[in-house]
Amino acid sequence: MKQPVPKTLFDRVWDAHVVQQLTDEVALLYVDLHLIHEVTSPQAFAGLRRESRRVRRPERTLATVDHSIPTGDRSRPIADAVAARQVEALGSNAREFGIELFDLASPGQGIVHVIGPELGVTQPGMVIVCGDSHTATHGAFGAFALGIGTSEVEHVLATQCVVLPRPRTLEARITGARGPGVSAKDLILALIGKIGTAGATGHVIEYTGNAIRALSMEERMTVCNMSIEAGARAGMIAPDDVTFTYLRGRPRAPSGSAWTSAVERWGALRTDPEARFDAQVSLDASSIGPQVTWGTTPGMVADITACVPDPAQLGTDAERRAAERALQYMGLEPGTPLAGIRIDRVFLGSCTNARIEDLRAAATIVRGRHVAARVRAMVVPGSQRVKAQAEQEGLDQVFREAGFEWRNAGCSMCLGMNDDVLGAGERCAATSNRNFEGRQGRGGRTHLMSPMMAAAAAIEGHLVDVRGW
Amino acid sequence: MVKAFVRHRGRLVTLPRRDVDTDQIIPKQFLKGVERTGFGPALFYDWRYRPDGSPDPAFELNSPATQGATILVTGPNFGCGSSREHAVWALVEYGFRAIIGPSFADIFASNCYRNGVLPVRLPAAEVDNLIRSTDGGVHEIVVDLERQVITGDRGFHARFTADPYGRELLLRGLDEIGRTLLEEPRIAAYERRPA
Repeated sequence: MKQPVPKTLFDRVWDAHVVQQLTDEVALLYVDLHLIHEVTSPQAFAGLRRESRRVRRPERTLATVDHSIPTGDRSRPIADAVAARQVEALGSNAREFGIELFDLASPGQGIVHVIGPELGVTQPGMVIVCGDSHTATHGAFGAFALGIGTSEVEHVLATQCVVLPRPRTLEARITGARGPGVSAKDLILALIGKIGTAGATGHVIEYTGNAIRALSMEERMTVCNMSIEAGARAGMIAPDDVTFTYLRGRPRAPSGSAWTSAVERWGALRTDPEARFDAQVSLDASSIGPQVTWGTTPGMVADITACVPDPAQLGTDAERRAAERALQYMGLEPGTPLAGIRIDRVFLGSCTNARIEDLRAAATIVRGRHVAARVRAMVVPGSQRVKAQAEQEGLDQVFREAGFEWRNAGCSMCLGMNDDVLGAGERCAATSNRNFEGRQGRGGRTHLMSPMMAAAAAIEGHLVDVRGW
Repeated sequence: MVKAFVRHRGRLVTLPRRDVDTDQIIPKQFLKGVERTGFGPALFYDWRYRPDGSPDPAFELNSPATQGATILVTGPNFGCGSSREHAVWALVEYGFRAIIGPSFADIFASNCYRNGVLPVRLPAAEVDNLIRSTDGGVHEIVVDLERQVITGDRGFHARFTADPYGRELLLRGLDEIGRTLLEEPRIAAYERRPA
């Protein structure tokens, strides 16, 4: 009997979704779940309307508002008229095309990548797309989940399919026990530091190894979320009991006999031992400490015990120029210890690190302490359900008493599309995913780190090694 | 409908930086519109304009010699970060038809093909040659997608290999959605398959 060809997890999900092979490389792929939000969808709906096209499967489409909305008082209208028009456009598009919408008033509203898993609509083995690069988050469940542009959003709305060249595969094997104070965020930042911001371009990363297996579901989402920061098309983790326990009983997860058969199906979603990846990289989790970025890409990252690097010591001219430019923007001198860099703002939020476990971890640091004088700190929960859960646990009180602002859910200062922005020269300890120039506000300086590290920085008023606490 | 790209002659402007992310190409405050137009004036906003709103003379696109440029030559990993297609809309509206660099971020390249913009991958050494070729002022080149060749006024010559699918989209100016809709029976059959 002929042996089946060994497959990776990615191969399994890809192969099961090919509707038509268009060329050797490119396939028409079926989309199980299409998530949309207010910023990257209006032009897609306009395109449909212009061509008199319909949304092929509105029930496989889910909308929420997250990017440009305010996170303050929700009883008042949106002050920014342009943002308000965009939010209204999503509302009217959802109504016109019959798409379920979690709007600003909904208790289910939140960052699109937080509410999908929370509802249980994100499931193993799916192809999931969204006009947002952090769609990779959903890969934590063993889905192939990727960000797409607005033209592709229009294509998916009209056809429920996406046209894609088959990505190559990269195994990121992370082994060893994490030390105390070292989080999932530190694992992914260290990996990006190792392979670079284009290290996984054209590839889907499968995260493997005992350090990945040891992560909770929410921690796995943090890891997969930042796959795009290494250039990857997507990140994936094979589902296991951790995945199934998380999904069981969620509002949109299968139940009864459908649950039993789903778990059986999902259990087969793994990489065969003989399967080959196109590339491999490994990381020893026990060798890394808490990470902080010092520059203007997520790959410009170091252990908190390190110093700001000297561009002159870097390998190539291009790297040197990029580092010099980054340090100038960041207002940092080579050789300065990272621990001790003074900050003005703290942002605890984003699709990377604003789920309940993130808030709990930060709260353990903050409890009974107070934010340093001069520092303005805010917590922006990833969803209204996360917010409600945190309030039920009394975490809002912990943060408020420590001097943090307690906000409503949204993307907020991760990208600063609403009024949560840094001023020029302001330095921020952020749990988000991008430290690009101007990302959080023109002239703003972002240091990426874990929720525990950001919480400790808020208390001390400067970057600090949370392991010393 | 994609604007077809077969061959384009145009002036170069160089932006010799790596990892130019889409937040730089079009900053977030310009993403609140519901149209595909109006992004050109905001292209590279924070680099192009000083905080007081005046053009920054040190920025490459503001040099008198590069006015009217339609081909951007840049460093590796151009277009990384956010999936915002607004970045490509801004480049198109400014006048760019082709972007040449050692590598591009995946989503950005995909967005380019769907907006009539050709991303051309060349080895870093060839990109450096092109960047140096503009030292003496204006340099015009021809990017020929049909033959996958670039030729320059100053003897520059390079072959490239475009992504075959993107090449077809651009050469034919395909209506991709219209074409996929012709596959409706296959899509419906896929949906009827046993789970």
